[in-house]
Amino acid sequence: MRSSASILTLALMAVAAGPLATQALGQATGWVMPRTADGRPDLQGNWTNATMTPIQRPEGVGLALPVDEVERREQGRWDRIQRGAEASDPDREAPPVGGDGSTGAAGGVGGYNNFWIDAGNQVAMYNGEYRSSLIVDPPDGRYPPRTEAARARIAERRAVRRQHGQYDNPENRPLAERCILSFGSNGGPPMLPNYFYNNNYTIVQTPDHIMIMTEMVHDVRIIRIGTPNPLPGEIEPYFGDSWGHWEGDTLVVETMNYHPTQIAQVGVFAGTSKDLKVTERFTRADENTINYEFTMEDPSTWTETWSGEVPFKRLPGQVYEYACHEGNYALFNVLSGARAQERRDNGR
Amino acid sequence: MSSHRTPLLTASGASLVALLVSALVPSAAEAQIPRGADGRPDLNGLWQALGNAHWDIEPHQARAALQLQEGPLTPVPAKAVLSFGAVGSVPAGLGVVVGGEIPYLPEARARRIENQALWSERDPEIKCYLPGVPRATYMPYPFQIFQSAQAFFIAYEYASAVRNVYMEDPGPPQVDSWMGQSVGHWEGDTFVVVANGFNDQTWFDRAGNHHSYQMVVTERYTMTSPYHIMYEATIEDELTFTRPWTIRMPLYKHVAENARLGQFKCVEFVEELMYGELRKRPIGSGDGR
Repeated sequence: MRSSASILTLALMAVAAGPLATQALGQATGWVMPRTADGRPDLQGNWTNATMTPIQRPEGVGLALPVDEVERREQGRWDRIQRGAEASDPDREAPPVGGDGSTGAAGGVGGYNNFWIDAGNQVAMYNGEYRSSLIVDPPDGRYPPRTEAARARIAERRAVRRQHGQYDNPENRPLAERCILSFGSNGGPPMLPNYFYNNNYTIVQTPDHIMIMTEMVHDVRIIRIGTPNPLPGEIEPYFGDSWGHWEGDTLVVETMNYHPTQIAQVGVFAGTSKDLKVTERFTRADENTINYEFTMEDPSTWTETWSGEVPFKRLPGQVYEYACHEGNYALFNVLSGARAQERRDNGR
Repeated sequence: MSSHRTPLLTASGASLVALLVSALVPSAAEAQIPRGADGRPDLNGLWQALGNAHWDIEPHQARAALQLQEGPLTPVPAKAVLSFGAVGSVPAGLGVVVGGEIPYLPEARARRIENQALWSERDPEIKCYLPGVPRATYMPYPFQIFQSAQAFFIAYEYASAVRNVYMEDPGPPQVDSWMGQSVGHWEGDTFVVVANGFNDQTWFDRAGNHHSYQMVVTERYTMTSPYHIMYEATIEDELTFTRPWTIRMPLYKHVAENARLGQFKCVEFVEELMYGELRKRPIGSGDGR
C-alpha cells in the first residue's frame, strides 16, 4: 500500500497552484542568504525535487528550453492531470481479463490513478533557465558511454536476475516494491526525482552534521562535516558513506562505499562498481531554492565523469510518515498472485 | 564532536560513571552541560539506553524465553523460540515504570498476557515494523539527535525510524501513524515533547505491553551531565490504563571518537519470515546447513 497523506496534500496543492504559478516565487529580489548561528548558509526545511524534466535529454535537443515550449509541456501535463481528475463512469465495464494492455505501474489491470501520483508538473528551472534534462555534462545531456567492464557487469547482473522469474522470490522484486528504498534514486546520492510521487526531503543542519531525510522510505542520510574518517570496508550502507565540507557558501558532499544491492540497480547506477564516487554540491540560490549539483565518477564504468543539476524547491507543509513495509500488501499479493497463476497454468 | 576518549561503556561501567557523576556537586555537573548558541542545552549526539527495558519495562525475574509453554514442572520455551536457547532468554530487570506496575484496565491486562503467549506472532519488532514511542528510545540500538535553533530531529538506528519534533504546533495530527506526531518545547533546561496521533499497533517492549490509538506520550529530556540525559515519559490512554503512568531511565552518550549511527534496515532481513512460503520454491527447513 502506498498511501501517504502528503500525496494527497501535494495533489491538492497542485490543483490550487497550476502551472508556472509557484516558479515565480523564487524570483523575489533583495533576498538575503539565511545563515545558521555558525555563519553557514541555512539549508534547513522541507524541499522537493519533483519535476517533469527527465534525467536524460532526447538526442538533438538543447539544454535550455524556450518559454513557449515550457508552456506547451506544462499545459500538456496539466491537461492530463485534469483528465485524470474527472469523475469515473460508475457504469463502466470491468477491465478485460489480463488488463487493457496499458503499461507501467498499472500492470495492465489498473493501478494508481492520478490522485495518488505526484510526478512533478513543472519543467525544471535552474539559474533562471528552463531545462530539457537534468544531465548537463556531457553537453548532449546523456549518460556518457559505458566501458566494456561496465557492460560486462550489467550483463552479469542481468544473467543472475534471469536465473529466476521476476515473481519467483521477494528478492526478484525492485527495492521500492520491497519497501527498502524509494523509487529511482530518490534517496541517492545522487538524489534525483523519481517521476512518480513523494519527492520530498527534510534537512536539519548542525555545525558538524547535515541530516537529510527522504520521505520515501523515511531514510536518513547523515553527512558528517570534516575530515573523512571512512567506515571499515566491510560496512557498505545504503546511500553510501558521506562526508561533507564547506567551500565558501557551498556544501560539498563526497560519497563512496555504497551497498552492493543499491548499485546493482538499473538506471543511474547501471554497471557501476565498488569505486563509484558521487560528489554533491548544495548552494542556496534564493528563498525557495537549493541548487543541487552532482558529479558521478567511476573510471571503470564511464569513459568520463558526468554531472547534473537539479533544483530543490521549498515544500510548503509537512512531510508525513511513509510507513511502507508496515502496509506492504502489494509484495504479498504480487507473490501469491504469481503462485496462483502457476497453479492455474498447471491445472491444479 | 566530543574529544572524550572513553570507549563505549559497558552497562555496568556506565552505571558506575552515572553514580560518580551524581556524586559530584550537582551545580558543577550542570555547569558542564553543552549549550547551543541560543543558550539551550545541546542534545546533539548519539544516545542509547542501557539495561533491560527493551525486554520488559516492568520489574521482572529472569525467565527462559519471551514465549513460554507449560512444562511438566515449570514453564519451558515455546517451540517458536526454542532454538535460540540462552540467547532468547530474558535477563532480569529492575523495571523503568515509576511505582513498578503498569496500571492496566482488566481487559487490557488480559490482552497483555495473551500477547506474551503469542509473542512470536504479535511483537511488531519481529516483523521490523516501526517501533513507536516511547519504545524507540530504549530499544537496544542507538539514536541520534539533530538539534538546531529551529529543528529537533531524532533518527533511530532500528528500522530507520525517524521523528521530526515540530517546534511549532501544526495542530491535531492529520493521520494516525506508527511514530506519531511530536511537538516540542522547552521548560527551562528540559526539552518536553508531546507525542500523539499514534495507531494501536506498537508495543512498549518485548513483553506484550500495549496501548490504544488514544495514547498521548509526554516525554522529558533533561541533560544531567555532558554524557547523560534523564529521560521520562508519561503515558495517558484511558482506553488501556486506569491512570497516567510514567517511565524513567537515564540515556547515555556514545563517546567513542568513531561512534556513529549504524544502518539497520531490517525490512529485507524479515522477508523470508514474512514471504518465504510464497517463493516459487519455498526453501524448506531453513536450518542453514
